[in-house]
Amino acid sequence: MTPDRRPVAEGLFTWPTDEENPLRLIGSECADCGLVSFPAAPDCVRCASTRSEERLLADRGTLWTYTTQDFRPPSPPYDGPEAFEPYAVGYVELPGELLVEARLTEPDPRKLRIGQPMRLTLVPYTVQDDGTEVVTFAFTPTAEETP
Amino acid sequence: MTEAVIIGVGLHPFGRFPGRTALDMGADAVRMALADAGVTWPRIQGGYIGSYEVANPDAIVARLGLTGVPLRGVFNGCATAGTAIALAARAIETGEHDLTVAIGLDKHPRGAFAADPSVAGIPSWYGQTGLFLTTHFFGMKINRYMHEHGVSHETLARVASKNFGNAAANDKAWRRTPLSVEEILASPVLNYPLRQYMYCGPNEGAAAVVLCRADQAHKYTGKPVRVRSTALRSRRLGAFEVQSPSFPVGEPVGSPTVAASRAAYELAGIGPEDVDVAQLQDTDAGSEVIHMAENGLCKDGEQERLIAEDATAIGGRLPVNTDGGLLGNGEPIGASGLRQIHEIVLQLRGTAGTRQIPGAPRVGYTHLYGAPGASAVTILST
Repeated sequence: MTPDRRPVAEGLFTWPTDEENPLRLIGSECADCGLVSFPAAPDCVRCASTRSEERLLADRGTLWTYTTQDFRPPSPPYDGPEAFEPYAVGYVELPGELLVEARLTEPDPRKLRIGQPMRLTLVPYTVQDDGTEVVTFAFTPTAEETP
Repeated sequence: MTEAVIIGVGLHPFGRFPGRTALDMGADAVRMALADAGVTWPRIQGGYIGSYEVANPDAIVARLGLTGVPLRGVFNGCATAGTAIALAARAIETGEHDLTVAIGLDKHPRGAFAADPSVAGIPSWYGQTGLFLTTHFFGMKINRYMHEHGVSHETLARVASKNFGNAAANDKAWRRTPLSVEEILASPVLNYPLRQYMYCGPNEGAAAVVLCRADQAHKYTGKPVRVRSTALRSRRLGAFEVQSPSFPVGEPVGSPTVAASRAAYELAGIGPEDVDVAQLQDTDAGSEVIHMAENGLCKDGEQERLIAEDATAIGGRLPVNTDGGLLGNGEPIGASGLRQIHEIVLQLRGTAGTRQIPGAPRVGYTHLYGAPGASAVTILST
């Protein structure tokens, strides 16, 4: 049986996903100057406009930098499992849009490199007491070069 | 405009002090600074005090004397002490006061800083999913920097080894056991490429500085230290900064350190080539490497050679973090920058004991950087 899943927050990425609604991060674009923001921001930090529109971001990019998390983060605010598994985080450059910080599916720094092509995915980062998996966005290395 | 000079410094040791409150430590530091200046608390006309953990640091007046003195609380994260010294100097420069004090104190619980992302205006999911750690930023910034500028893992270990070695000669420092490059490289990775012995830890301590008008300094000391300039800058759009869920593509924008540094040099009429001794924010060994370049003290990538040649050691061409820095002293946030000022004042007076740099240093430089992307620089001279 597939466990129930829920997103860590509403409005962060498309949910639920299917063939017609593929997984994308939900950002915003300033209606006046065009600055792209993530998470979606009502106010523009470049031109101070208060008008913005939703923009689904690219699901592919390249790894700009990365690090690892080898100890359990202070909790709260972290609500991952007590049994800690190290993970990696990085910034992925989405061409022409922005650099987004995310968990990476590959925890071994020897298997990561700056410039590596990456693709958006979801990871269950923790499980609630009732068995529901909580998912968040992450990037995974891909063999394909980004166009 | 009148110039402000430092006539007294006081430092409570940094470390762990069970049973002592932050205000106790702060009061000790102020009394040491007053004694160093040869003045009493009732003569202090105004001051600025900073703390992360203490909501009302100005309550310190109940320990020092209820004189009615205007003592203003300030906070700018890791740059807090830069604001305290800047405003204490400014009050003299503008003629508001003749004698002022800058105070910093803190007492952090053990371990990495833990806070809800809402304190930085960031949504809860960022903390829940394990992204709200300042240490990630430091790991990612130096990882990218090493990739772009050819800095090695060994250089990071050399920086940490130098700072722990300097701390060993400082009886007020926290981590005073010297560590070899090999021992540091053998410690566990916390945030790749940064290892356990490449990080500073939050801890406890306090520091204070007494300032007066330059034209009255002779009444107190034969060796006043001049406050040549102070600058604080916040992050700009496009800079890669701590606690950022995203940032824009395009030409990279310099960190607030670069902006604060340039402003401070210009205000002081002093250039990086004039600096004899520097205290740079070494939250981790990588930060010290990056901050050498961001403060104009070398070019990007030159650190590899400079550090291999011990240029930043005591006795080197440009000594950095002569008292052990944050790595050796830990970081009580409110006090950290005044510890840097304390060390520069001792070095410029020539009273730093076994860690005194040779020659007669004339210009000292201090730098702070931290969340949410703020940097403060203070330039001092004889």
